[in-house]
Amino acid sequence: MISFNKYYNQFNILSISLVVISLLFLIFKGLNFGIDFKGGILIELRSTDSKVNVSSLRDRFNQMDLGDVSVKKFGNETDYLIKFENKDNKKNIIEEVKKSLDKSFGNNIDFRRVENVGPKVSAELLNSGIIAISVALALMLIYIWIRFEWQFSLGAICALFHDVIVTLGLFSLLGLEINLSIIAAVLTIVGYSMNDTVVIFDRVRENLRKYADIKIFELTNISINETLSRTLITSITTLLALVSIFIFGGEILKGFSLAMIFGVIFGTYSSIYIANTILVRLNVSQKTILKDEEKN
Amino acid sequence: MLYFSKLKIIFILIISLFLILIASSNLFKFDNSFLKRNINLGLDLQGGSYLLLEIDNKPVIEQKLQNLTITLRDYFKGKNIKLVNFILQNEKILFKVNDKDKQKVLDIFNDKESEINPYYERFKSHQLEIAEENDFLSVIFSKQGLVKLKTSSQEQALEIVRRRIDEVGTNEPNILKRGNDRILVELPGLDDPMRVKTLLGKTANLTFRFVSNNNEDSFGNEKLNYEDEEGSEFVSKRIILSGDNLLDAQPRMDSETNETVVTFSLDRVGAKRFGKATSKGIGRQLAIILDGKIISAPVIQDTIAGGSGQITGGFTFQSATDLALLLRSGALPAPLNIIEERTVGPSLGQDSIDAGIIALVIGFVLVIVFIIVKYKIFGIITNTALIINLILLVGVLTLFEATLTLPGIAGIILTVGMAVDANVLIFERIREELKNEKNRLIAFDSGYSKSKTAILDANITTLLAAIILFFMGSGPIKGFSITLGVGIFTTLFSVYFIARLLTVLYISKNKDKEVVI
Repeated sequence: MISFNKYYNQFNILSISLVVISLLFLIFKGLNFGIDFKGGILIELRSTDSKVNVSSLRDRFNQMDLGDVSVKKFGNETDYLIKFENKDNKKNIIEEVKKSLDKSFGNNIDFRRVENVGPKVSAELLNSGIIAISVALALMLIYIWIRFEWQFSLGAICALFHDVIVTLGLFSLLGLEINLSIIAAVLTIVGYSMNDTVVIFDRVRENLRKYADIKIFELTNISINETLSRTLITSITTLLALVSIFIFGGEILKGFSLAMIFGVIFGTYSSIYIANTILVRLNVSQKTILKDEEKN
Repeated sequence: MLYFSKLKIIFILIISLFLILIASSNLFKFDNSFLKRNINLGLDLQGGSYLLLEIDNKPVIEQKLQNLTITLRDYFKGKNIKLVNFILQNEKILFKVNDKDKQKVLDIFNDKESEINPYYERFKSHQLEIAEENDFLSVIFSKQGLVKLKTSSQEQALEIVRRRIDEVGTNEPNILKRGNDRILVELPGLDDPMRVKTLLGKTANLTFRFVSNNNEDSFGNEKLNYEDEEGSEFVSKRIILSGDNLLDAQPRMDSETNETVVTFSLDRVGAKRFGKATSKGIGRQLAIILDGKIISAPVIQDTIAGGSGQITGGFTFQSATDLALLLRSGALPAPLNIIEERTVGPSLGQDSIDAGIIALVIGFVLVIVFIIVKYKIFGIITNTALIINLILLVGVLTLFEATLTLPGIAGIILTVGMAVDANVLIFERIREELKNEKNRLIAFDSGYSKSKTAILDANITTLLAAIILFFMGSGPIKGFSITLGVGIFTTLFSVYFIARLLTVLYISKNKDKEVVI
């Protein structure tokens, strides 16, 4: 049996610092919002022409006077991703850009993807993203409240907040782009982390019924150990799937799978070192669950 | 939990075989109409354009209020009440009335039987709201009145948008209402939406009006520019003919001048008016105006009585075709703005499919190998269930003809990774039970029943996340939530019916041998 409980305090301090650091990053550095949430235009283009490279594209775009333009390679040697704000809200901006590029590079440029998100839509998308995550957290809270006692739901929610905040903090630190698929990833992380926590909690509750004389400090450790191989196997198979998406699934899914990989790791960690330690700190005992069961 | 009745086994087999058959219809072409189902590929996989259009209702509101001022003035005149100092600004009408009549006007507006201010019983609201504002009375559309107006202009716009897109002839366009002032257009397979965007960007408000001799920007005239050439004309505000009177419009090559023209034919009312105007106005210039710009202003040579004519204006064949198309499909009630556009070219779509399939296969193989190493014979059972799970998932998606997107493929791969969780929970539990329980059957049975709550809880939480994504997300993300959500059900089915059945078969065949998980 591994003594997870020996390090409860140390890891709690670590978790709190991680959350604080993440929050500081989120407040001061902020998130790198993609065009989904900031508005603007994204063009993914492919060209086999040797004249086309990051600097020649950047030159060309700067001449078009579009304001801040970001040009970078996307995936392989022939693909580029260009992003800019459509600050004057011009209607035919994409056609103009296309014409201008065709003029300087010949008709060698293939627009593989074009996204143009107006300011109104991006504000709405951001809003609905925030609502979606909040509703998800609230629903999880309600669900676990129905299924368990309040001490458990507090533990699970703290674990969830930890996972969401630290994942976003890491995105802020690394300057990775936040787009719609990242919101999907965060919601899936919420589901996954909850899932992991619930399995351990289920065992904690079962053991609370079984052993009246074991203190919660020991009991959580027993429960973590009993479910440990399941926790690890599921995390590993999920990570295998995610790493496969990350490496082979193409550029578009990179951010999504990376967020999920972070989330699964944090989720596994938090169900052991956050959710359980809160039970310990709230001094949950057999009485806690029996009181509730008598009521019913 | 280990006992399966014959009936149950048959039931499981029927469902599985049915879904496997449905899933296979993606690979083979069946003649049977029920089996002729396919998973739809989302725009991000097959390529295509997604356009979100917003209707700019401001001109409509202002036009309605403009008309209303005249109605109000006339209506109250009939009641011997004089309304004066009409001002129209910010979607609001202001006017003055002397103090003794004020209350009367207010009463007429707020009367449920009011002739000029319809009352919507269902919403407990009038169409218009009247209020006192300094010396003035102000009239605006009520919230409900605005909703009515917006829905009706959305309805009209949707119809026109549909006609225009149908004329372009893209395959299976998807045109839907969003809210009360937006229209969503999905155009699969269209990699350059430029033409559609140009067509949708035009209101196509066509009018025929006389060029005025009076060169003044006065009450009855306005100065309009030519569409592409330099120059402008003063034209009368009086409309001789509008696009509503058109029956048909076609691009033609004029054999005499060798010029591309648009010919049109008019309905009976239009033909009559056109005949009258052209007979009276011989020698005058008749301006043909589209969306506030003059296309051309030919001099009337002769009376045109047949109800048909042609528009010249230096067209190319393409622009004549587009103009004819716009005229045939009718004018939009209000201008449309494209507020969101997402276009994926077919080459990227195919690359995404390829990458998605490679990721799926590799993820799948990794998980399968890991599980076999970990659980040996029960690994084979888990993997069999996993493979069937995947086929069932495809089967359900096919049955409902769901749309598969790139994030949707990611959802399938993720399902593969998470689906083994339930079997792992069960097998780990059985392992524990076997430590204390000599009777294998009892150990297996309690392994299944004791792990049930944890499995249910775990899957419900993921399902909740998927449901929220389904309602909040758009397009590709929705596809992710669908595969994730459906995956939960097929996972539970494959774990509790297929894997359990295989487990039962295995342990009852090996009753006398040692079973190791």
